[in-house]
Amino acid sequence: MQIYLPIADLPVNIFLVLGMGLAVGFISGMFGIGGGFLMTPLLIFIGISPAVAVASVASHIAASSCTGAITYWRRRAIDVALAMMLLSAGIIGTAFGVWLFTELRALDQLDLVIGLSYVTLLSIVGALMIYESVRAELRARKGMPATLRRPGSHNWVHGLPLKMRFKRSKIYVSAIPVWGIGFVIGFIGAILGIGGGFLLVPMLIYFLRVPTATVIGTSMVLTLITMASATVMHAVTNHLVDAILALILMIGGVIGAQFGVRTGQKMRGERLRLLLGLLVFAVGMRFAYQLVVMPDDLYSIRQVTEQ
Amino acid sequence: MTFARALILLVLFGPFGAPPAMAERLVVSLSNNRVAVTSSFVGENLVLFGVIEPGPDHAALRSNYDLVVTMTGPPETMRTRRKERVLGIWVNIDWREFVRVPSYLSILSNRPVEDIADADLRRRLQVGLDYFLLTQRIGPDIADTVRDDPFRVAFVRLQTLYGLYRQSSSAVTFLTPSVFRVAIPLPSNVPTGSYPIDVKLFSGGQMVARTTSTLDVIKTGVEQYVVDASRNYGLIYGAATSLMALLIGWFASVVFRRD
Repeated sequence: MQIYLPIADLPVNIFLVLGMGLAVGFISGMFGIGGGFLMTPLLIFIGISPAVAVASVASHIAASSCTGAITYWRRRAIDVALAMMLLSAGIIGTAFGVWLFTELRALDQLDLVIGLSYVTLLSIVGALMIYESVRAELRARKGMPATLRRPGSHNWVHGLPLKMRFKRSKIYVSAIPVWGIGFVIGFIGAILGIGGGFLLVPMLIYFLRVPTATVIGTSMVLTLITMASATVMHAVTNHLVDAILALILMIGGVIGAQFGVRTGQKMRGERLRLLLGLLVFAVGMRFAYQLVVMPDDLYSIRQVTEQ
Repeated sequence: MTFARALILLVLFGPFGAPPAMAERLVVSLSNNRVAVTSSFVGENLVLFGVIEPGPDHAALRSNYDLVVTMTGPPETMRTRRKERVLGIWVNIDWREFVRVPSYLSILSNRPVEDIADADLRRRLQVGLDYFLLTQRIGPDIADTVRDDPFRVAFVRLQTLYGLYRQSSSAVTFLTPSVFRVAIPLPSNVPTGSYPIDVKLFSGGQMVARTTSTLDVIKTGVEQYVVDASRNYGLIYGAATSLMALLIGWFASVVFRRD
């Protein structure tokens, strides 16, 4: 059944989009991530322009992280103070990202920047995740306990001034790295149409030593608010948010996520991280391939919006 | 006096060469003057019917007519970009801006336009994709380039690929020597707006009659509402979309609650 998307200006098969929402939702529920880094490329693949895809996926991620955030809220696994601190910088990062998005689009280099950023981000993060989980797996085989959090061990981040205490997470860190992480996540979220959960969670664990009990819940709250505001900002500046597309994706996404969560709970943490690392790395390589291999058509057309 | 009259004639008919005899009259009718783009819109096939009638001087109709129908969509400014390899990756390096060119263009005839009129007349009347005026921004000027300009060729090729540009020499069918039928395909990705239709009648390599008609492509219902809201009320639209996301997220957490 075809449905016409008013902003993307093309008809799509409603079941195809719904199925994509389900599949990405399943993966996002399984790994506790937003899934934007999968959804945006998929939408581009079926013919939706990168700009509309990025802008519309933001609201889809907002919906799936909202479900997650509510679940974690009930379990009291959200550090509100930490989320608010990350957010204050995240909003600025998002605004900056939306601005740069508009500028790059006018320069005809948006697709290139999206492609390059995906390659860099996904291959590095994917490789790190594979490395970490393989090491943990090997250690577990040898009978050594897998320790992610080393209490007492401090890095340079802990030497910075402006220290704050976050009670729920039981950490005492400087506000500077918190703001830095918030800004980076907000910025890349807006420009790449990704929630940034797969980046935020490792950053919070490695830099701030946030315990696993609160890290996912807190990350979801941050993702929810940055993506909801990215939706509003994209709608105001670029008028590219396709609400019909977003609605179909959201419905598929929230349903798929429920099944993903159940599957994820049956798997061991290291195995799960290895799978996610492989997935992230594969998507990165797919983008690299696209940039390096000669395109089928050297020419492309873009509509210039006249004021 | 005669000189002045000749001058007036030249000014009036200059662009069209010799003043057409206009011994014939064209009467056309479109199967549908309004096409509504709804959520189930997958394109449409329009039919234009027409009759060739004797003109005011009641001259007899000729035996061989040719018809060229040109339908254009609302003007749009588009950029054609070319990728080149830079440091191993493919980057948009060069581009040309096509200023206010038709977003949709169909040139339909009963036989190849090359056989209908000579190149000179085709250029003056913009008959055929090769001679259709596609204005590019060249420095401070706006002009059409040579036909084989690589950006022009790529632009026409891509627009044809998307189904937006089309030249067909079999879309016009003469049912009788003076009654014709034109099949106009409208793909699903057509932009909304007004589509002028220019119908030109040729005989013996000369244009003998011309008439126009218009098609309106409009978005209706939810589609129009969404487009209007997003263009004119970006903030409210964005806020509503975000709110929708929150509601769906909350709804899912209630429905699937397991504790």
